[in-house]
Amino acid sequence: METKNILLVGVGGQGTITAAKLLTCGLMASGYDVKMSEIHGMSQRGGSVSSQVRYGTDVQSPVIEAGTADIIVAFEKMEAMRYLNYLKQDGKVIVNDKEIWPMPVIIGKAEYHPDIIGELKKLADVTVIDASKLAIDLGNEKVTNVILLGAIIKAMGLDHIDWDQIIQDNVKEKFVELNQVAIRKGMDLV
Amino acid sequence: MKKLFTGNEAAARGAWEAGVKFAAAYPGTPSTEILENLALYKEVQTEWAPNEKVAVESVAGASIAGIRSLACMKHVGLNVAADPMFTFAYLGVNAGSVILTADEPGMFSSQNEQDNRHYARAANLPMFEPSDSQETKDMMVEAFDLSEKYDVPVLFRMTTRVDHSKSIVTCKPRKDVQDKPYEKNIPKYCPMPAFTGKMQEKLYKNLEKTKEFSNHCKWNYIEDNHKSLGIIASGVAFRYAKEVFGDNASYLKVGFSYPLPMDLIREFSQKVDTIYILEENDPIMETEIKAAGISCIGKDKFPRRGELLPERIRIAAFGKSKETIKPNTETIVGRPPALCAGCPHRGFFYELSKLKDTMIFSDIGCYTLGALAPYNATDACICMGASISGGHGVAQAFKIKNEKKHVISVIGDSTFFHSGITSLLDASYNKSSYLTVILDNRITGMTGHQQNPGSGYDLKGNKAPISDIEQICRAINIKNIRTVNPNHLDEMKDALEWGIHCEGPSVIITRWPCALKRLSTEDKEEFPGVFTQKYHVEMDKCIGCKRCIDTGCPALEFSRNQDGKMSITDSCVGCGVCSQVCPVNAIVKG
Repeated sequence: METKNILLVGVGGQGTITAAKLLTCGLMASGYDVKMSEIHGMSQRGGSVSSQVRYGTDVQSPVIEAGTADIIVAFEKMEAMRYLNYLKQDGKVIVNDKEIWPMPVIIGKAEYHPDIIGELKKLADVTVIDASKLAIDLGNEKVTNVILLGAIIKAMGLDHIDWDQIIQDNVKEKFVELNQVAIRKGMDLV
Repeated sequence: MKKLFTGNEAAARGAWEAGVKFAAAYPGTPSTEILENLALYKEVQTEWAPNEKVAVESVAGASIAGIRSLACMKHVGLNVAADPMFTFAYLGVNAGSVILTADEPGMFSSQNEQDNRHYARAANLPMFEPSDSQETKDMMVEAFDLSEKYDVPVLFRMTTRVDHSKSIVTCKPRKDVQDKPYEKNIPKYCPMPAFTGKMQEKLYKNLEKTKEFSNHCKWNYIEDNHKSLGIIASGVAFRYAKEVFGDNASYLKVGFSYPLPMDLIREFSQKVDTIYILEENDPIMETEIKAAGISCIGKDKFPRRGELLPERIRIAAFGKSKETIKPNTETIVGRPPALCAGCPHRGFFYELSKLKDTMIFSDIGCYTLGALAPYNATDACICMGASISGGHGVAQAFKIKNEKKHVISVIGDSTFFHSGITSLLDASYNKSSYLTVILDNRITGMTGHQQNPGSGYDLKGNKAPISDIEQICRAINIKNIRTVNPNHLDEMKDALEWGIHCEGPSVIITRWPCALKRLSTEDKEEFPGVFTQKYHVEMDKCIGCKRCIDTGCPALEFSRNQDGKMSITDSCVGCGVCSQVCPVNAIVKG
């Protein structure tokens, strides 16, 4: 099987790494070879972050090459644009309709583009979901990442994997049920 | 049993499987999680050392005493540890010993991009270079066996992409390794001139033997495919090469990279028409292979700086990358890293950046961000500990040149313990006159909250004696010391004014916990109510002057509602620095 590439991008603290880890665990459990890569270090809370997941029969590189991502899932909308060059020509973009201001915007040195999604739609196949709001409706904004994970699973046709079990194995007991609801919510959106 | 492991988790697992009983490290990205994971195995005594030199020295001691031992560090850490390492090579081991260096091609969170493969050659140490988690685990086990077989500590080079990427690992049980008896052996363990000649001879002889190993071990192997192109690659560059060239090239995979498997390389060169050398950073294999008279293509075609990623290999080899979608760059704003909301360094930097006629020497930590907007405070930064000794040099030079500028060194608590103490001793001993500010946020912040000699706990979470920074300063004859709360701007400002005008070296200790720290019982007692209250802007009072923005807090947002006023987001943890800056008292608690 040809290696598939999933790129999760967002802002430090949004939970991209956790979502990528759950995804990777599920892919391993269902028998794929899988590699995941992330970069962390310097206090990049609020910095731009990406997690990369690759799966197939025999995965070599842990990193995705520009122009080869089957799907980009952006936890913050401007980040979708930042990483768009990673997308395959016929790849899909799922965007969380969430705006997080970087320091240059906070201090008034730059402007946050008023219609990023419109600009994205000119360039790629984009699905917009308001995962952050849905997460708040579920009672905890922190599950935004798991709702988005659900969207990835559906978009990549990975819903045959027992995600309830993966969540049970990897999430703190008191959050298991909430995460199971969230992942299904995400799957229903795509 | 199959597990999904990062390279760092795999390194820890490998050391455990190899029967390691003692391990020491100083935290540093990308190596930090190795000891954190090894600490989870109860059979291993794991320790945070104050610095990398100390870690290697204690590991050498454990090896001499007869138990398998591991030291871990990031690439620049090996510079600190280079002194004991070079001589440890002469002594050799009793029980197996491995020194792990985690290099950072691409410099994601490091001050330089050095290629520590040079150290293997310089110190005459064998070196492993894994390309993924499975190899990391397996090579780690073998490295200990090799260390004992050839009586030499072994270097283990990982890189960020191997350390921090996850892949599948088949785990095995822990080996039942017998401790070695310790026997007094002065000619083996005391490198005095009378013995060092013999030691050196043994080291070189054993290194010769490892050449045999290099040519025949399973880590160095040939994959025959097309004859026209042959690729020699080490570390993760091998995985990238496979990604780009697939079956269209033959490969010589180098996993044990020093000494190089020259026989195997000669054999390979006979099989293929053209050879590419793919190695991240310096042309180390290339130089050696060319010196052996084998023609190959390396750094004249492939980039030397940064990561040798698949797209960079593709562009170098084929002249173009895969087709990509071009983002609309006009819509993208950079996201530079920032000090967190509630970071205790913020109040300090706010006041520091207002000082005139100062030269500010920073150290390595979150506070290195003081060089960025809105503070733009830092003048220079080199390596751990250099803020204080560098500041000393600056102060001496200004004195000689009769230049009237104040010198301020900025260093964190963990870094002070790492190598700041001896630097401050230098300043005190040589009667330097300048200010050192020790930012004591009660934890090692930048690498993700590792305990240190000042925090009251050890790596395993047990209580540990607290080394009092103020008392250390007194013990090395610093007379001018003040401890302040950096969130109280008046207090901070006053202390800075005092500190730069002291006669002789002065020290200010800013004491307030890192905003992300899980507070200990002692913290809760010392800092009651910390991070429990938020602030908000009273809209009718805010005049939109943006003065508060100068504090650089990411919880402040200007004009989100386009009404020309400030707002505070939910990420506020209530340090109150912005409220002290507001000229109209519009920022209030609650």
